[in-house]
Amino acid sequence: MSFVPLILVWPLLGWLVNGLAGRRLSRTVSGLVACAAVGASFATAALALAAYVQASAAQAASAAEGASQTALSVIVPLFTWLGAGDLWVQASLQVDALSLTMALVVSGVGFLIHVYSIGYMAHDPNVSRYFAYLNLFIFAMLLLVMAGNLLVLFVGWELVGVCSYLLIGFWFARPAAAAAGRKAFVVNRIGDAAFLLGLFLLFTALGTLDISEIRHRVGELPDGLRLAAALLLFAGATGKSAQLPLHVWLPDAMEGPTPVSALIHAATMVTAGVFLVARLDTLFLSSPAALVVIATIGALTAFYAATVALRQHDLKRVLAYSTISQLGYMFVAMGAIAPAIGIFHLVTHAFFKALLFLSAGSVMHAMHDVIDVRRLGGLARTVRWTAAGFIIGGLALAGIPPFAGFFSKDLILEHAFALGMASGNYIPYALGLLTAFVTAVYITRAVALTFFGVPAEAGAHPHESPPVMLWPMALLAVLSVAGGALGAHAAGEPLLRFLAPLLGAVEVEGAAAPHPPAAILMGISVAVAFAGVLTGWIVHRNRRDPSLGAMGTLLEQRWYVDALYDRSIVAPGHATGRWMAGPVDLGVIDAAVNGVGRLFAALGAASRRLQTGYARQYALSVLIGAVLIVGYWILR
Amino acid sequence: MITPPVVDLTLILPEMIVLGVALLVLMADLWLAPERRGYLVAASLAGVLAAAWVAAGAADGVSFAGMYVRDALTRVGQVVALAATGLGVLVAPEYLRRYNLDRGEYYVLVLTAGAGAMLMAASRDLLMLFLALETLSIPLYVLAAWARGNARSQEAGMKYFLLGAFASAFFLYGIALLYGETGTTRLPDLTSALAQQPAGISAAAGVGLLTIGLGFKAALVPFHAWAPDVYEGAPLPAVAFMSVIAKIGAFVALLRVFPLALGALADQWTLVLGVLAALTMIVGNLAALAQSSYKRMLAYSSIAHAGYLLVGVATATPPAASAVMTYLAIYAAMGTGAFAVAVALERSGGEADRIEDYAGLAGRAPLLAAAGALFLISLAGLPPTGGFVAKLGIFAAAVETGSVGGLALALIGVLTSVISVYYYMRVAYVMYAGEPDQSGGVRLHASPLLNLALLITAAAVVYAGVLPGAVTSFTQQVGALLSRL
Repeated sequence: MSFVPLILVWPLLGWLVNGLAGRRLSRTVSGLVACAAVGASFATAALALAAYVQASAAQAASAAEGASQTALSVIVPLFTWLGAGDLWVQASLQVDALSLTMALVVSGVGFLIHVYSIGYMAHDPNVSRYFAYLNLFIFAMLLLVMAGNLLVLFVGWELVGVCSYLLIGFWFARPAAAAAGRKAFVVNRIGDAAFLLGLFLLFTALGTLDISEIRHRVGELPDGLRLAAALLLFAGATGKSAQLPLHVWLPDAMEGPTPVSALIHAATMVTAGVFLVARLDTLFLSSPAALVVIATIGALTAFYAATVALRQHDLKRVLAYSTISQLGYMFVAMGAIAPAIGIFHLVTHAFFKALLFLSAGSVMHAMHDVIDVRRLGGLARTVRWTAAGFIIGGLALAGIPPFAGFFSKDLILEHAFALGMASGNYIPYALGLLTAFVTAVYITRAVALTFFGVPAEAGAHPHESPPVMLWPMALLAVLSVAGGALGAHAAGEPLLRFLAPLLGAVEVEGAAAPHPPAAILMGISVAVAFAGVLTGWIVHRNRRDPSLGAMGTLLEQRWYVDALYDRSIVAPGHATGRWMAGPVDLGVIDAAVNGVGRLFAALGAASRRLQTGYARQYALSVLIGAVLIVGYWILR
Repeated sequence: MITPPVVDLTLILPEMIVLGVALLVLMADLWLAPERRGYLVAASLAGVLAAAWVAAGAADGVSFAGMYVRDALTRVGQVVALAATGLGVLVAPEYLRRYNLDRGEYYVLVLTAGAGAMLMAASRDLLMLFLALETLSIPLYVLAAWARGNARSQEAGMKYFLLGAFASAFFLYGIALLYGETGTTRLPDLTSALAQQPAGISAAAGVGLLTIGLGFKAALVPFHAWAPDVYEGAPLPAVAFMSVIAKIGAFVALLRVFPLALGALADQWTLVLGVLAALTMIVGNLAALAQSSYKRMLAYSSIAHAGYLLVGVATATPPAASAVMTYLAIYAAMGTGAFAVAVALERSGGEADRIEDYAGLAGRAPLLAAAGALFLISLAGLPPTGGFVAKLGIFAAAVETGSVGGLALALIGVLTSVISVYYYMRVAYVMYAGEPDQSGGVRLHASPLLNLALLITAAAVVYAGVLPGAVTSFTQQVGALLSRL
């Protein structure tokens, strides 16, 4: 599988072409180069999948009958990155079920969004810079998911952060965009610091950062260390995946171009935290306390974000909170010892959330950047395809069968219930069920306000988007309908079977819990989803939007979390900064630094005076040195 | 009965290539028309490349009655020395034509000095080491005085020669004392002789005098005073070459003598070398602060770097020995590069030597200024450049010993590196923020060969900084050699 690195090379080449020669390329060429790069990456990843399936079939055939089947994991070494003391970092890619699934999702959904961008960014003057960033992001994300070493993974992790920052602030002339980019960067630093500490801890304890080695050797760690490492890495994951309490940057990130929101802030980058937990599954699954934390944070975030989404007026912000909420579900799956299910939801979510965002972008395109649902309405009559796309995505999000989201969400709830039966902790299940209801309500509200009823503003002449934008949406719509087959029992659960040898092999306490009655649970979640859609439709039909009184204000203010952060962290931070910059820095530090500087300058000048230019004096200094050294040697 | 010594000429093939090309250049210069001197440059470069290719792949062996050894240290030392020699050839031609100093002997001297450094790396006998040291030094004296019409250059050559001869005398006397005590000049025999009997006074004095001879070549404090004067007066390409090649020769020899041959007596010399390293780092960096001449500043900087390198020798563990070779390889690129930037400039008929001459360089020659800033950043030891990797290796090895001395040396090294950031970055700052000289006094001279040298050194500095594994995986065989003892 020596061709595997090509998966990464294509987008890197695209970035180089667009980054170096972009100004000289026409916008069409620019877009084509970027799309071709990601398309080639997807094709290469598909070939890698075929090769991998073949290789693991061969391995299974050669293994003795009845021997335990271990997951095949191919390491493709790239180069020795650095070696210093005990730290030898071999930059390598890891090809296994998880990394291939992620690579296919990233490059596949990425390709569709690249194509869509050609239409969406058609009038932007800096289109080559846009595509250069987008290609760089794809490279970084692929590096993250395919890394065979945690340090390489961290490089990808930081690089996607940088790309996200650059793309959120793509229209940096807008103050809101620049501020949002900065906020994303700062909030992510908090998580990344914890992540880095986790890496140090693992390296100190195990002496390696190699992923497969860590996966196999976590058992050597004492319980406390394992818990600490798991929690630190999870803190990093909460930053990247916008979980409580580090979720505040994601809604603001919607200032970036909409395809960026679809790709980075819905389908791929924000799922990196979920991916990290799955990547190091043995570490997390062997620390029961960490699992409780993960499931609880996930469930709380899912519920919190869903309620906030009820009272947002910016269509993209509704979707942003919805993303936070769905990511919460994925963490619930991780906490419920079902990482493969979490990855399944990650995949279906990538399909339907990308579709929702692209449809929202299409609405903006049609309405000349109006995105406030209070100013929209009745669009189903004028932009039919866009409306159809959004509604399909919405049904998938609400968990209505047979759309993709239903299957993955249902499985998560099933496992959350099993977790409750095993440990008595029914909170994740209860919150998850409640969230399912709220989710159906808010997405129905968004649909009702945007696409039905009477248009809020006359005089707007919405026009349907060009085919280059509609085709990617159509493909995503197909995936949002059919994607459930990847994990549906009736379809043979191909994705879950594919992941099972890798992620299902962990034997942990509680895994052998009594299996819940699946049919009843499924019935409950279907009923809840339909109830939610119905409630949403009854409340919001004819574009009515009751304010819900005091509770509505609480939700509109996002439970005052942002205000709390502003008061308790941002404002004191600014004040401390001013104090540090003023009295402390100028008065104390600067003065001290200048004093030290003057001291050394004086010493330097003194040594200059010793340099007379006379060879005899130089010879004398050699002689003095010689006498001292020889004298020491003889007299010691 | 006297048996003739075993002579294995294949073993010294790299040296023979270099010296053969030197002779060829010497002869060809007599007949070649002046405008065809480019062939001499081409021949020298081809010889260096061929020798490096052979040296990198040559098999180990001992020959010439045990005076010559080819092992891991020879291999790495010779490849690094040849790289420095090649760069020394590349930076010269345009400058020599500009000041009408273009004679073929220049390349002969560069190649001969390079061969001297190569032989130092391969010496297994103190006499052999002395001969190699002189083969390295004498061409450098001549190169320092190369600008015959220039009084400062003559003064530099004279000073370098007088003081060098003085230091050589110490070195020879040291050899004589050791011979008197042990009856041998072979390094391995010396090791066993000194291990058997407690070192007497004359042996101790002998080792001390050897230190002084090599310390002079490496410009260690207090044997450094010649360096600023010589660097300031000698022609720039000659300085670019000598600052690097003398260091390579001296430090490879220091590794041969101290950790490799006298490793068993480490407790006797680590303190001396440690104190010398500390003094060299402190004095070199402090004195560099006060300089207004670019060449003098780099002279003190090169003294300071000798201090860092000596920390590696004094640490004397396998990782430290590897780190010294890594440092030398990276220093060859960044040291030559920093001088090469100055070669590209001229002020009213002379060298552009004042730091003000670099003001606003970024506006006039963005790439040259970027390269200059890169070399300065690397010399200061900041990531992501090779200079950082080099220092990291040395200081990490010193800290790893766990001894108080190692920790103190690493601490002094880091603190003086902080000081050095000031004088390096001052020049980089002037390059970018200074008001460019409007009178047209400072002129730019670009030539393909000089640009090639700048490109190679800049690429090497970045490459070593981003992918240090490429360098360390080559140099670590030196540490492996030491750990086998």
